[in-house]
Amino acid sequence: MTARLLTTLSSLWRGLRHATGDDAYERYLDHWRTDDTHDEEEPLDRKTFHARRLDEDWNQPRRCC
Amino acid sequence: MADKSLTPKEKLIWTGIAVLGALALGGVAIHRGETINSAWLVVAAVCVYALGYRFYSAFIAAKVLALDINRATPAERLDNGRDFVPTNKWIVFGHHFAAISGPGPLIGPTLAAQFGYLPGTLWILVGAVLGGCVQDFVILACSLRRNGRSLGQMARDELGPMGGAVALIGVMVIMIILIAVLGLVVVKALAHSPWGAFTVGMTIPIALLMGFYMRHIRPGRVLEMTLIGVVLLLFCVLAGGYVNHHPGLHAAFDLGPETLAWIIIAYGFASATLPVWMLLAPRDYLSTFMKLGTIFLLAIAIVTLRPEMHMPAITPFIDGTGPIFGGKVFPFVFITIACGAISGFHSLIASGTTPKLLTSEPDARMIGYGAMMLESFVAVMAMIAACVMEPGVFFAINSPGGVVGSLPAEAVATISSWGFPVTVETMDTLAREVGETTLFARTGGAPSLAIGMATLFSGLFGGAFIAVWYHFAIMFEALFILTTLDAGTRVGRFMLQDLLGNVVPALGRTSWYPSVFITSAIVVGSWGYFLWTGVMDPLGGINSLWPLFGISNQMLAAIALCVATTIIVKRGGLRYALVTGAPLAWLLIVTSTAAWEKLFSDEFRIGFLAKARILGDQLAAGTLSPELAEKAPQLIFNANLNAALTLFFLMVIWVMAVDTARVCTRVVTGGEYPPSSETVFEPTRLGPDLAAIPEPTQL
Repeated sequence: MTARLLTTLSSLWRGLRHATGDDAYERYLDHWRTDDTHDEEEPLDRKTFHARRLDEDWNQPRRCC
Repeated sequence: MADKSLTPKEKLIWTGIAVLGALALGGVAIHRGETINSAWLVVAAVCVYALGYRFYSAFIAAKVLALDINRATPAERLDNGRDFVPTNKWIVFGHHFAAISGPGPLIGPTLAAQFGYLPGTLWILVGAVLGGCVQDFVILACSLRRNGRSLGQMARDELGPMGGAVALIGVMVIMIILIAVLGLVVVKALAHSPWGAFTVGMTIPIALLMGFYMRHIRPGRVLEMTLIGVVLLLFCVLAGGYVNHHPGLHAAFDLGPETLAWIIIAYGFASATLPVWMLLAPRDYLSTFMKLGTIFLLAIAIVTLRPEMHMPAITPFIDGTGPIFGGKVFPFVFITIACGAISGFHSLIASGTTPKLLTSEPDARMIGYGAMMLESFVAVMAMIAACVMEPGVFFAINSPGGVVGSLPAEAVATISSWGFPVTVETMDTLAREVGETTLFARTGGAPSLAIGMATLFSGLFGGAFIAVWYHFAIMFEALFILTTLDAGTRVGRFMLQDLLGNVVPALGRTSWYPSVFITSAIVVGSWGYFLWTGVMDPLGGINSLWPLFGISNQMLAAIALCVATTIIVKRGGLRYALVTGAPLAWLLIVTSTAAWEKLFSDEFRIGFLAKARILGDQLAAGTLSPELAEKAPQLIFNANLNAALTLFFLMVIWVMAVDTARVCTRVVTGGEYPPSSETVFEPTRLGPDLAAIPEPTQL
């Protein structure tokens, strides 16, 4: 019972992190490790990754009337 | 056709939904009592959406677009872990909805309530199911099959350079008008409201703090940062009450419309030129959380309380004499509702971030069609919130002083004479209860929506804290209007840099500061000018600018539907052309009629040219008050400018329509036309797990 509750709670937490982009960097690292098509020698560090992501996000219409 | 896949039990359920929907809609339409319960509207809306989604969107997915679960999406093929990322469909739904939902569906129905609840509600439902949802869905699917290309790029690829150029310039001008109107709504909501001005003003330092936190202290920790921001913001809503009662602070935040307009213009320039992490992005996190939370709370309040609506189904103002804006129910209810039924702006989102995230093609149905359905429901809720207050109070808040009289006693006498009784005492008591100096002539829709929402929210808590709820609602509206404003200014800047870069390459460099400053100044200056004219206007500004906004937004939708129709015709000839062709034809009729009336009507409050002419005559004859005589040359110039802009919109849309007809005719008759830019089929490699999910779109 408690175990099930904990599983539910942790999947809710993961969902929330995913939905808000809180885990974006971890996801990027996972992607970097499993995918060998990238140009860079090293993955971006956390700060650079977020900086670049923000700039890319806001170069196009993201909010509406 | 669609019935083939239905089991007898399903048939029974869907017949039940259809009957219930018909009964509720019939009830809403023919009811003529003193009041009507809002549950009728909610039930009618939910049934219409359910039927539209289950049958019409399934038909479009399977037959018109032939969405294919085996086809790899751009997110899968171009996955780079940053902007192209295969994402869970519910999360994409959330992001897409957060992006498309804006202040339009809240403000539009509030203003359109001057015709009564019925005309607006019917259009919100019909327009969404047959028009708005279809547009969002089809454009998303088209972009999905073109590596997430934008609407402008698709217009150029599918129609040719002419269509592409017209679409690009049209989008830019539309953006300018849109931002100006939204800015005006904020000015009207915060003018001489220290509580509101303080709370909304505080979002700027809070955002700066959040931005610094996420950039330098804890990079990328969105949840922590948002939690801090939301707590601080809610504290500021409460603290605003203290500011309002403190004599010194009250005076400091008691700002007039002109000061506020300048502050908003300066803010727009700052947020477009500063790095996004500083101001724009953190404010957006704050606004998105507030927006989703408040919309959810509003739905709970309406479903729990099921309030009675006091507004009649149809008011006498359908003849065009309404105080909030001039013009008859046709075409102006369609122009005024705008985003709650069809919003052209959504096509920019549906061909922007969203197609880069979809894991599976058929998800476009839930995300494109479904999110717009939800957005349309927000419009229904706004209509309910506007109609729960006494009509007399509603008209006293929303009618400009130039129409009903600028003194409270004059205003209540005029409004009561229309059969909507209201007294000065009622208005004063209400203003005092919500912590405002006055509620007379608070045009723009935001204050009256905030009253409606505050009544509902405080109803959830036994009628308590109405002042706090009112300012919470004002904060929520202003917050995400300003987010649209700063994001729009930034995108407008990029578009302008893109355009100017063709002439002067240096101006096209998005990170070259001289170019950033010049182009931002042009964009902010343009919308700032219209905002300024709105603030100056003795009729409240909303009168002229909201119809212009509605027309421009609907014209953007028409541009999107032109592109969509061309693509559909290239795919399968004329067979399914009406799916987007019919809403396109309707929009052409509505926007052209409205534009024609705004240009050539002889009525002072409708025709821009008539307004310029009448004011000119009065100025020459010396019959204007000294105050108005001073403003008159400016007002005449503005009216002529608005007329020129309306003419420009009219030309843009007809050039697009003729170009679409030209390309489609060539497709059908076998002439030469730009080939379809659809990418070639590549099978998905995401495995049987995904492909095994039973797909409801298969009829």
